[in-house]
Amino acid sequence: MSEGPVLSFTLNGRVFSAADGTVPSPAMRLLDLIRLHAGQTGTKEGCGEGECGACAVLVDGELANSCLVPVGQLHGCTVTSIEGLPRNDPLVAAFARAGAAQCGICTPGMVMAARALLDRDPHPTLEAVREALAGNLCRCTGYVRIHAAVLDAAAGEGTAGGGAS
Amino acid sequence: MSVQASAAGEWHRPGSLAEALDIRARAKDAVVPAAGCTDLMVGWNAGAGRWPTVLDLSALPELNRIDVDDAGVTIGAAVSCSRLANHPAVAGRLPMLVASARQTGSVAIQNRATLGGNIMNASPAADNPPVLLAYGARLTLASTRGSRSIDYADFHLDYKRTRAEPDELLVSVTVPFPSPYASVHYRKVGTRRAQAISKVALSVLLDAGAGVVREARFAFASMGPVPLLAGSLSAALRGRPLAGIDPALVTRALATDLSPRDDIRSTADYRRQVAVNLVMAAIADASAAEARRN
Repeated sequence: MSEGPVLSFTLNGRVFSAADGTVPSPAMRLLDLIRLHAGQTGTKEGCGEGECGACAVLVDGELANSCLVPVGQLHGCTVTSIEGLPRNDPLVAAFARAGAAQCGICTPGMVMAARALLDRDPHPTLEAVREALAGNLCRCTGYVRIHAAVLDAAAGEGTAGGGAS
Repeated sequence: MSVQASAAGEWHRPGSLAEALDIRARAKDAVVPAAGCTDLMVGWNAGAGRWPTVLDLSALPELNRIDVDDAGVTIGAAVSCSRLANHPAVAGRLPMLVASARQTGSVAIQNRATLGGNIMNASPAADNPPVLLAYGARLTLASTRGSRSIDYADFHLDYKRTRAEPDELLVSVTVPFPSPYASVHYRKVGTRRAQAISKVALSVLLDAGAGVVREARFAFASMGPVPLLAGSLSAALRGRPLAGIDPALVTRALATDLSPRDDIRSTADYRRQVAVNLVMAAIADASAAEARRN
């Protein structure tokens, strides 16, 4: 380590870097940094091998499974996990309205996958929603209510804060 | 950057190809070249945090380019499947590559997984290799000794064994544009539509002027130890009218070309039958396209 590590990125607006020790190692899962070091436990670990999407976050606005991202690749990146979404994100209320959560393990990943979709396609078709969420597995409610929630949020985008009953 | 990682080997993340090749030349197989990490990290995670020394290729500008000329597209080895599928030249002229890139796991996987990784990982079930074989792609490999270009059809030697030398890195993949008269077909058969590893996948490039097969390339995944071209089938079909190709002829040719196995995902018998069905469906499609043109 002749030159010293140059590794710095932001997670939900907070800077993490190798220089100040907040990134203990480049060979570490982003998932572990988020949960164990940042203490933000909204991001869940399901399978730990990229099959289930429970640990999905945004890296520079693109969906990624944080269990498969080594933090060593994140220099200069902006990472957003579920805690980084605004509380009044229309998806949150829409998921509540639709009854799109049961046990809740898949929900943060579902919401992040839906956020990635709506940021690039604000008015998706049901088919586009199904495709965007195909890598996020839910074993409780099934997918109908989840897909409905995303379409509902898309329809209400711009009228954030719709009441969750 | 090169830092000592705790509970793991070193993490090298060079910023130029020259620097990466130097590290590769010195360390050879003592470093694991990595880009999207979507497959490698599954193994590292299973090893309870015991990570190898990694040569991280994700920051190399030379591996992150997509260049287009009249003849085709040259895709950097570290370009992600998402970026590939959304590139205008790929979307416009290489539809099978769009299809295979969009079948490479979920969106979250496609955003990180790279074309080069899908090749160098050398899985017979990988999604993009059959398409690259059907289009007649070439690979550019580099080392401190220089760079060389080889036909992708010659690259895979045996299960997880390739012609890449221990001091080499894959730099790019060049995919020629097909003739405007060629018809193309890509079909992956898995357990479910999304995010399944293939039982069989077929990519076809079929050039049939005036209803007669001039050139046909059929490339399969999960039908042998490597992604492979069905050479006997190509030879058997050359010069034949598209209409009226006998499935028995296809079955016989594929018996020579393919060596599927029983495994956790499917059986050899099922795979052979599906392979014939997929070929016949591709021929029917090409025949219909040809009829529309006339």
